[in-house]
Amino acid sequence: MDFELTYRRFSERSILVEWPTEITENILDDVLIFKNHLLNSRVKSIVQVNNAYSSILIIYKFTIDNVYGEILMLKTSYSDRVSKTKRALKHWRIPVCYDNDFGLDLVEISENKKLSKLEIIKLHSEAIYIVFFVGFLPGFLYLGGLDKRLYFPRKKSPRLHIEKGAVAIGGQQTGVYPNLSPGGWNIIGNSPIHFFDPNKREPCFAKSGDKIQFIPIDRSQYDEIQDKIDNGSYQIESEVFYG
Amino acid sequence: MVKVIKTGLYDTVQDVGRLGFQEYGVPISGVMDSYSAALGNSILGNNDNAAVIECVVSGPQLQFIQDTMICITGADMSATINTSVIKNNTVVAINSGDTLKFGKLNYGCRAYISVLGGFQTEEKMRSRSMYGGVTSAYKLVKGDILPILDIKKPTERTFSTIKVNNKHFDTKDLDAFTGPEFDKLDTSLQKTLFNTDFTISKDSNRMAYQFNEPFDNALEPIITSLVLPGTVQLTPSGQLMVLMRDCQTTGGYPRILQLTESSINSLSQMFFSNKIRFKRLK
Repeated sequence: MDFELTYRRFSERSILVEWPTEITENILDDVLIFKNHLLNSRVKSIVQVNNAYSSILIIYKFTIDNVYGEILMLKTSYSDRVSKTKRALKHWRIPVCYDNDFGLDLVEISENKKLSKLEIIKLHSEAIYIVFFVGFLPGFLYLGGLDKRLYFPRKKSPRLHIEKGAVAIGGQQTGVYPNLSPGGWNIIGNSPIHFFDPNKREPCFAKSGDKIQFIPIDRSQYDEIQDKIDNGSYQIESEVFYG
Repeated sequence: MVKVIKTGLYDTVQDVGRLGFQEYGVPISGVMDSYSAALGNSILGNNDNAAVIECVVSGPQLQFIQDTMICITGADMSATINTSVIKNNTVVAINSGDTLKFGKLNYGCRAYISVLGGFQTEEKMRSRSMYGGVTSAYKLVKGDILPILDIKKPTERTFSTIKVNNKHFDTKDLDAFTGPEFDKLDTSLQKTLFNTDFTISKDSNRMAYQFNEPFDNALEPIITSLVLPGTVQLTPSGQLMVLMRDCQTTGGYPRILQLTESSINSLSQMFFSNKIRFKRLK
C-alpha cells in the first residue's frame, strides 16, 4: 500500500519525508522499507537516513541546490521501493528485576490502578514491544505496545537522578533509561543489560523494527547476570525473525 | 603534548562531530561555530576534521611540552604566549615550554585553539568531540595531558593574518527555513516571529539556546519526531529554543524554524543578553 507522503526541505543539507502522523506498526513498516531502499540504493550524495515514528530525515553530503529535483528523485524512489524483501530483525529477551529496591513507583501505580504488583509485572512482561526508533538519549528505545491498563501519567516534577537500566512507564509509553539521567517516568524495575555501549561497533544492540520482551528475574539472578556482563560472558537472548 | 594548567569557563575538545550515529540516539556534537574552527584548521593546513579546543567566554591556560604551531580563531579573548600578545587567525610558532593564556573577551563568545595535526585525544565512534556518556570526559579539567602529533614545524615564518568577515560576529539576523510545524502557527504569530527581537537567555549552552521573551501559542505537542542542530522548537508554555550541536536526535515540540549552518555558527558567537532576529528564507 502506498501512503500519501509529504516532502519538504528541512535544512540546507536535509529533506524530511512525512507519512500520516500516526503511531502504528503499519506505518513504521513502510518507513523502514523506504529508508532501507534509499540506503541500499547507495546514492552517493546521501550521508544518512534517520527515522522516527512516521518520518525520515535524509541528510546529504552537500547543500541541496535543486531541492525540487531531489524531491522528484525521492518520489520515484518511493514508488520503486521493494516491499517484498524481508529484513532480518531480532526478538530480544531482556531480563528485568521488578523488586521493590528497583521499582520505586510500583506501589503508587498499584494503588492508583487497583492492580496488584504481580498483575503489573505480568502485564508488563507478557507484552511484546516493537522498537520504533532510538532517540532522546543514546540507546533509549521508543517502544510501542504497552498494555492500556498500565498507562500512567509522567511525574509532575522529574527526578534528578534515574539509575542506569531503570525500566519505566511514562504516559502511554514504556522504556529503559540507558544511563544515569534526570527523567519524569515512573520506575517499575531495572535491567542489568547495557542499552548503550560507546565502545562497541554497534553501540546499541536493538534497532528500529526489532521486538523486545521483558523477562522477570529475581534479585539473585540480577546479580548473577550483572557479574556475567561485567566479565564479558553474558549474551542477551535473542532470535531472528523476518519482517 | 599539551598540559592543561588552568581551565576556562567550559573547554572541550571538538571536531566536526559524530555524523552517522544518530540512529543510536547519539547527538552529532562537534564545534559550535564550524566556520571559525574550519578556518583555524585550514590556516594550519590541517584536515577539516582535526580536533580543536573550543573555549567559551574565557579560555584555558595551556603549557606546550613540545614544539608545534597553533592558530586561534573565533572569539577574540586576548590570547598571549608567555605574556606577548598573539593575533587571532594567524599561525603562531610554539616552542616547548611556552604557555598560552587568555584574557579579556573583546568580541564573540567561542574561541578555537587549533594545533598542527589536531589534538589526538580519545576517539569514540569516529569522533573526538567530547560528550558525556560517549567519551569518558565531557570537558577539560586541570592537569589533563592532551597528546598532539610530533610534526616538524616549518622553519620559515609567516606574518600574514586572514581577515574574517565581520558579519560573522556582528549580525543579529539569523537566516531560517520555515519548519515542518510552522504552518500551524496562525498568520499573525508567523509575522510576530520575524518582527520580534529575541534576547538570548542565561540558559543557553551546547544543547540549546533559549530566549527571554515568551512566545504565547496554542500549538499542540507533536509525536516525537526528528530534529537537527538549528531546529527552532516552541514549547506550549511559549519557550522558544534553538537546538545546538549537542542536541538530542528527536524531540516532541513543534519545529517552527530551521536555522542555516552559518546562522548556527553566528549564534554560537553570541551569549546571554544579546538580541537576535529571525529572518525568513524562501
